[in-house]
Amino acid sequence: MRTQKTFFDKIKPQFQQGGKYEKFYYALEAFETFLYAPNSTTGTRGAQIRDGVDLKRMMMTVILAMVPCLLFGIYNVGYQHFLAIGQEATLMEIIGVGLYRVLPIVVVSYASGLGVEFIFSIIRRHPVNEGFLVSGMLIPLIVPPTIPLWQVALATIFAVLIGKEVFGGTGMNIFNVALTARAFLYFAYPSEISGEVWTYIGDNEVVNGYSGATPLAAAVTAMNNGTPFTDVLANTNSVLAADYYSFANMFFGFIPGSIGETSTLMALIGAFILIATGVGSWKIIFSVFAGAFIMGLGFNAIGVNEYMNMPAHYHLVIGGLAFGAVFMATDPVTASQTERGKWIYGFLIGVFTVIIRVVNPAYPEGIMLAILFMNVFAPLIDFYVIKANKKRRLQRATV
Amino acid sequence: MELFNLTIKSIFIENMIFAYFLGMCSFLAVSKKVSTALGLGLAVVFVLTITVPTNWFLQEYILKEGALAWISADFAEVDLSFLQFIMFIAVIAAMVQLVEMVIEKFAPALYGSLGIFLPLIAVNCAILGSSLFMAQREYALSESVFFGFGSGTGFLLAIVALAAIREKLKYSNVPDGLKGLGITMLLTGLMGIAFMSFMGIKI
Repeated sequence: MRTQKTFFDKIKPQFQQGGKYEKFYYALEAFETFLYAPNSTTGTRGAQIRDGVDLKRMMMTVILAMVPCLLFGIYNVGYQHFLAIGQEATLMEIIGVGLYRVLPIVVVSYASGLGVEFIFSIIRRHPVNEGFLVSGMLIPLIVPPTIPLWQVALATIFAVLIGKEVFGGTGMNIFNVALTARAFLYFAYPSEISGEVWTYIGDNEVVNGYSGATPLAAAVTAMNNGTPFTDVLANTNSVLAADYYSFANMFFGFIPGSIGETSTLMALIGAFILIATGVGSWKIIFSVFAGAFIMGLGFNAIGVNEYMNMPAHYHLVIGGLAFGAVFMATDPVTASQTERGKWIYGFLIGVFTVIIRVVNPAYPEGIMLAILFMNVFAPLIDFYVIKANKKRRLQRATV
Repeated sequence: MELFNLTIKSIFIENMIFAYFLGMCSFLAVSKKVSTALGLGLAVVFVLTITVPTNWFLQEYILKEGALAWISADFAEVDLSFLQFIMFIAVIAAMVQLVEMVIEKFAPALYGSLGIFLPLIAVNCAILGSSLFMAQREYALSESVFFGFGSGTGFLLAIVALAAIREKLKYSNVPDGLKGLGITMLLTGLMGIAFMSFMGIKI
């Protein structure tokens, strides 16, 4: 550690103003502050009190909260793989297959995204944005394990460039970067990110009677055939395991899906970490779930087809609702900033998610587009919440 | 219920801005402040709700092939639909003039901030577009009222959302070359992706 520190201290002057590598100062700074707490002190003017928690530590907390999802995702990719090809496998084999699929995606996402970040930091002379540490981890978790790596790279570059850097970098973007990447993939290469791509099979043969249908696809089948949703679920892939799509399995996450999104439990552990450390807003998380549940109940009341009749609590565990609610709706940059706005913002995300799922046949899952849609309206919600606050306080002042 | 569905459809699914990219000029130009955008949006809602049904009458009783049959049977062969554009535009211009006078009288501040863009509503493609869609899709009178209202509301929603985002963008560090319209174009595209969530819904 000491030699590392002396190394940094030694090369630093060359990067500072007038130094040989002046242009690359922010590239160096990014590495240095990543490894050490900055030794700069506050100036004599302005705010004097400063917390040790800077943006970098905050982002590390979010990544920490995502680790359960990532680990479970790695396990689940392998687990689904061996289940689909009908082989018994040891834990090591399962994790081996999971790592073989997931690790390259993580590496590509970080490498391409950070590449753009560093180029921009050097050209535009702004510090490297820590925000990408989170986005770079989120992107692998919301793509299917079968995704081609070049698409991951392309989507990440698009999202960082058009979704974030043109607005000036972290903290100034309007749309969630990870979701921009996923939406880009979704509309540019629909065949690789929809349909039955959620289980990595490789060159192996699948078991007879196996189908790659997710619970969301099962719900669409239920609607088209007119059979109750729970019956369709019970019959889908019953060759693999009798209770393959039981409520408990869907809650714990032993189902096909994007790498990190399947497990509601792991997302809730993440939510617990985020809320306990004060990084994520419990108001948003809670109101997303509430919105989805209430909208589910509303559809139950209408009950025109079997999708609408799906028990409302199923909406909370299938698809990526929990993951999206915990890690992407709470993005402090793109969400509503005002406290009352957060309630409205989260609630509408939940409502729109269920509406898109049930009413729109074009998209099986709604959480991605619902969050992007509410990203558009978050500033407007804030604007009117602040306006209402001003009005209330003005009244109080004049009376 | 049908009319309600039509309204929802024209607000979200067939949004004038994000589905057809009509009315972009005022959408981009008058979206710097929420209050101004709201004013323009409301003016568009008003103008659309009035002009689309008015044009419906024109279309139905004067312009359409055989529409003049109500005067006398001799005119049953006459087809005046080549006059469609000029007639529609004339109606729109007259309505805009009316709105302008009303706003000038009752909300001078708004009148000042809308400036040149209020008269420009007359040539706003979203407004002419709605009338043409109405004619093309052969809406009934009641449908044309709700269609006009829905299209206007969709425009209002889009322009107000964009204005709120642009007020927030003041704190962003946009590269020099993209400041102003450049970043707004990119924003519109990204907003279009978000509005894609409704494409494909059939109601």
